[in-house]
Amino acid sequence: MTRLDVSKHVLVSTHVLLQKEEAERVLKELGVTLDDLPKISARDPMAKYVKAKKGDVIKLIRKSPTAGQSLAYRVVV
Amino acid sequence: MSVADRKVVRGIGFGLLSPEKILRQSVVEINSPETYDQDGLPVPGGLMDRRLGTVEPSQRCETCGARAGKCPGHFGHIKLERPVVHPGLAKKVYETLSSVCKECGRIKLPEQEIEEYTRQMRELEGRNPNLAKALSKAIVKKASQVTKCPHCGTINNPIEFERPTTYFESSGGKGEGSALLRIPPTEIRIRLEKIKDEEARLLGWDPETARPEWAILTYLPVPPISMRPAITLETGLRSEDDLTHKLVDILRANEKLHEHISSGAPQSVIDDVWELLQYHVTTYFDNETQGAPSSRHRSGRPLRTLAQRLKGKEGRFRGNLLGKRVDFSARSVISPDPWIGINEVGVPQEIAKVLTVPEPVTNLNLQEMKELVRRGPKNYPGANYIVRPNGMMVDLRYAKDTNEIAEEIGVGFVVERHLRDGDVVLFNRQPSLHRPSIMGHVVRVLPYRTFRLNPAVCPPYNADFDGDEMNLHVPQGKEAEAEAKEMLLVQNHLLSPRFGGPVMGALQDFISGGFMLTRKSVLLEREEAMDLLYAGGYTGPLPPPAITSPKELWTGKQLISLFIPGGINFQGRANSCTGCGGCTLDECPSDGFVVVKDGELLMGVLDKKTIGASVPNSLLHFIIKEAGADAGRDFMDKAFKVMLRFSEENGFTVGLRDLEIPPSVREEIKKRIGSALAEIDQAIAAYKRGEIMAEPGKTPEEEIEDTIMSKLTKLRDDVGELAAENMDHESHSYVMALTGARGSVLNLTQISAIVGQQSSRGGRIVRGYSDRTLPVFDHGDISAKGRGFVESSFYEGLDPIEFFFHAVTGREGLVDTAVRTSQSGYMQRRLIHALEDLHVEYDGSVRGANGELIELRYGEDGVDPAKSNHGVALDIDRIIDMVMKEEDRDAITCFKRTRCSDRWAGKRGVVSDQA
Repeated sequence: MTRLDVSKHVLVSTHVLLQKEEAERVLKELGVTLDDLPKISARDPMAKYVKAKKGDVIKLIRKSPTAGQSLAYRVVV
Repeated sequence: MSVADRKVVRGIGFGLLSPEKILRQSVVEINSPETYDQDGLPVPGGLMDRRLGTVEPSQRCETCGARAGKCPGHFGHIKLERPVVHPGLAKKVYETLSSVCKECGRIKLPEQEIEEYTRQMRELEGRNPNLAKALSKAIVKKASQVTKCPHCGTINNPIEFERPTTYFESSGGKGEGSALLRIPPTEIRIRLEKIKDEEARLLGWDPETARPEWAILTYLPVPPISMRPAITLETGLRSEDDLTHKLVDILRANEKLHEHISSGAPQSVIDDVWELLQYHVTTYFDNETQGAPSSRHRSGRPLRTLAQRLKGKEGRFRGNLLGKRVDFSARSVISPDPWIGINEVGVPQEIAKVLTVPEPVTNLNLQEMKELVRRGPKNYPGANYIVRPNGMMVDLRYAKDTNEIAEEIGVGFVVERHLRDGDVVLFNRQPSLHRPSIMGHVVRVLPYRTFRLNPAVCPPYNADFDGDEMNLHVPQGKEAEAEAKEMLLVQNHLLSPRFGGPVMGALQDFISGGFMLTRKSVLLEREEAMDLLYAGGYTGPLPPPAITSPKELWTGKQLISLFIPGGINFQGRANSCTGCGGCTLDECPSDGFVVVKDGELLMGVLDKKTIGASVPNSLLHFIIKEAGADAGRDFMDKAFKVMLRFSEENGFTVGLRDLEIPPSVREEIKKRIGSALAEIDQAIAAYKRGEIMAEPGKTPEEEIEDTIMSKLTKLRDDVGELAAENMDHESHSYVMALTGARGSVLNLTQISAIVGQQSSRGGRIVRGYSDRTLPVFDHGDISAKGRGFVESSFYEGLDPIEFFFHAVTGREGLVDTAVRTSQSGYMQRRLIHALEDLHVEYDGSVRGANGELIELRYGEDGVDPAKSNHGVALDIDRIIDMVMKEEDRDAITCFKRTRCSDRWAGKRGVVSDQA
C-alpha cells in the first residue's frame, strides 16, 4: 500500500526543521524562550516527516490570501 | 492605619482556621445566649459584647478604642462543649476517613505505593493543581477499598456517610451480625489527628494551612458586630441580623449540652443535644445544606447565613464585587431626536440638576462659579455642593443663604455644578458587548424626561425606541473628561474594526430623504433651497443656481454638495441602480451611477449604498476616512438634516394603494400560479405512478420534493418580478425598497402578488398529523397547498390554512432567534475571555499576557481592519485616482462606467425608470 504523503496535501503548509543555531537566532530575534512558542506534537505527522525531536523548532511557511506568504514557528513537544 | 501596618499583598491563599488560631484572634469568649440585659445594655460574654467592636457612633470600641467606622471589629469565640463536623468539609472528611487506618492513621496502601504516589504528587504540586487533585482522588479511591491495614494489620470496616454530617462504621461480620455504628466527631477527630502531614498531602489536604482534624470544630469564631449589625425599625424595635440569631441558637444548644454533661445525664440525651448543636452549626455555615432542613425565621423566611451571603446573583461576588453601583450616573428611557448631532445626547433637565461636575475655581471662572452657587441646587444652571480647600463639603440644599456662600468661594474651592450643555458624558446600553457599547456624548439639556439620541447612532448600541433604557455616567475630573472627549466620542467610533466601513450612517428616513432630494427631477426655488440649507445649519453663500431662466432654480445635488468636504472623489453604483444596462457615457436612466468630484455630487442619487450604515467603500466611508472623523461627523450632522427636512417638507407616507397592481397583471399572476400548480400536480401524479426518474444519489421522494420546491421557487420569482415591474415605482413603498431605506422588493411582492412557500426546519412544512399537516388534507398529500404553499397575497388575505402555515413559520423564526442569541452570546463571551489579554507588541507580533507568541504578525498581514477598506489594506485604484490629474480622472470614470454597462449589457431588456 502506498502511504499518503502528508506534505503534499493542499492544506498542509511547508514545514522546515530549523538547525540549532538558526532556532536560537529566531528565538533571540523574537525575544522569546522555547516555552513561549506555539507547540506542535512530536507525533504530528509533519513533525515526523521533517524528523523533528522534542525541543526542536519548526518553521512554517504558509500561503496567505492577504499577506501572500506568512511565517510561523512551532516548538516540538 | 499607621505606616508600619502597611504590607504588600503578594498573594492570597485559603485554608482552615486551627483552634489555636481561632483563640489567638479572639478577644472574648462568648458563652451567654443572652444579648442584652433588662436595661438594654449588651451582656458581657454575650453576642453583642462591647469588646467585639462597635457600630454605634457614640461609643468607643472596648478593644481598640476607635469609634465606629474606624474600628474594624474584632472576633470572639465560642468553646463548643463537644466537637462538631464542619459541614463544608463533611465529604472530604468522609473520603479521608475511608482512606486511612483507624488505628495507625496511615493510608491503607503498601509502603512502596505510598512512596511512589508521594513522588508523583511532589512533581504535580504547584505546577498542575488539577492533576494533583485528580491524583488524590485516585489514591482515595484505591485506599478506601482496602480492609486490612498493610501497616498494622487492623481490620477497617467500610465507613458510610449520611448527609449532611453523620458517619457510620459497620461492626464487621456479614448479614445478621453486622450493624452500623455511628462514629462520633470526637472519635473522628482522634483518627484525623493521627494522619501524618505527608500522607495528608496525598489525600488532598494542605497540612500547613488545613490539617484534617481542623475540619472537626472545637472552637467556633464569632464574627464582629460590624459583620452582623442589628437594624432598628421605625417602631423602635431592634431586629437582629440572621447571623446573630443563628449564633444565639448555637449558644443555647451549647449551654444545654454543658448542663447535661455536668449533671451526668444519660448518653442518649447528650447525643440528642449534641446533634442539635451540629444542626445549628451546619445551618450557620450554609442554610441550604443538602439533607438538613433549612433554618427559618419566625416569619417562615429562611435565614440568610454565611454561604447565602456569598452565593449567587445577589451574593457578595456577583452582586457587590463584580456589580458595584456608582454615583454620578443616570438611567432613563431613550427616544429619537434626529435634529441633535450624532455626538450629542439629550439629557432631561431634571437629571441635569442631579448629576454634577466638580469644577475647580480659578481666577478665570470665579465670577461664573459664584453665580452658579448663588443659584443653588434648585435653579437649573446651578450647583449642588461646594468643597472648601480644606476638603470640607457644603451641601447647598441646606444652605440658608446661598449668596453668603457664593461670596465665600475663591481660588482653591471646588464647585460641584449642574451638568450643562457641552459637558462630555459616557453613554451606555447593555449588554456591553463591544467597545462602542459605551461612547462619549456631548450633553444637550432638553425638556421632558427621556434621553434623546440621534437615530444614526442606534446600530453600535443596538438600540431601538420600543422602551429601551440607557445609562449615563459623568466623568469626575479633568483627566477622565479629556479621555472621554478625545477617545470615546461617537465620531471616533464611526468606522468598524469588524468590517472596515462605517457602523453608523443614514438609516430609514434619512435614506429615502436623501434619495428624493438628489433625484434629477428635483428643482428648488430660492426659498426652498434656503430653508433646506438652514435646516443643515449652513451659513455660507448660496451657490449659483443650476437654472437661471425663466426662474432661478437649484438642484438637490447642488445643496448636498455643499456638505461634502472638498477633495473627496467617489464613483460607484447606487442601491437603486437597476442594472438596466442602459448606461451611456453621460446618462444613466435611473441616475444610479454616482460620481462625486472634489466634493461635488455630479451624478447619481444618494441612497443606502452611498451614505447608509454598515456599507464599506461608500461615499460616507471615504468622507470619514479621507477627510477625518470631524468631517464625517459634520456631514452626518448637517447633510442628514437637510435630507430629513426635504422629506418632511414633501411628506413621506405610505399606503396600501402603493402596492396595487393593475387587474390585467393580477389576472396574469393568477394564471401563472394556476399553471404552475397544475404542473406540480402532474408531477406528483407521475411520482405516485412510480414514473419519476430520480437523479443519481437521490431517492424518488427527494426527487419529487426538490422538483416541487424548485417549481414553487421559480413561480414566486416570476410572479414577483411581474408584480414589481407593474407596481407604481414612484410610490413611497417602492422608493423605500429601491433605496434600501426599509423593506425589500420581496416584501412588496408578498403583499401585492404572492406570499409563497412557508418553510419549517429548512424544508416544506411536514409536521403535524401523521402523513399530513392538517386534518383537512388526505393522508400522504404532498401537494403544494398541503405542505404550506401560500398562493394568496397579503393584499387579498390568506385563507385559514395558509394563515396557519404562515404562523408556523413566524413562530419558528421567533424561537430560532431566541435560541440563537443565547447560544451565540455565551459562545462570544467565552471567546472574549479567552482572547482578552492578547495584544500587539511594538515588533508587530501578537502576544499573550505572559509574552507568549500567538502570531508573528496580526492577521498575517498586520493590517488594522478599521483602517482598511473592507479588509483590503490598499485600494490601488483609489490611490491612483487620488494622485491623478483631473483630465485623466475623467477618462477613468468614463472607462469604468463603460465597463459597468458592459457587464450588464444584454442581461436584461431596458427597463424604463423614473424620469
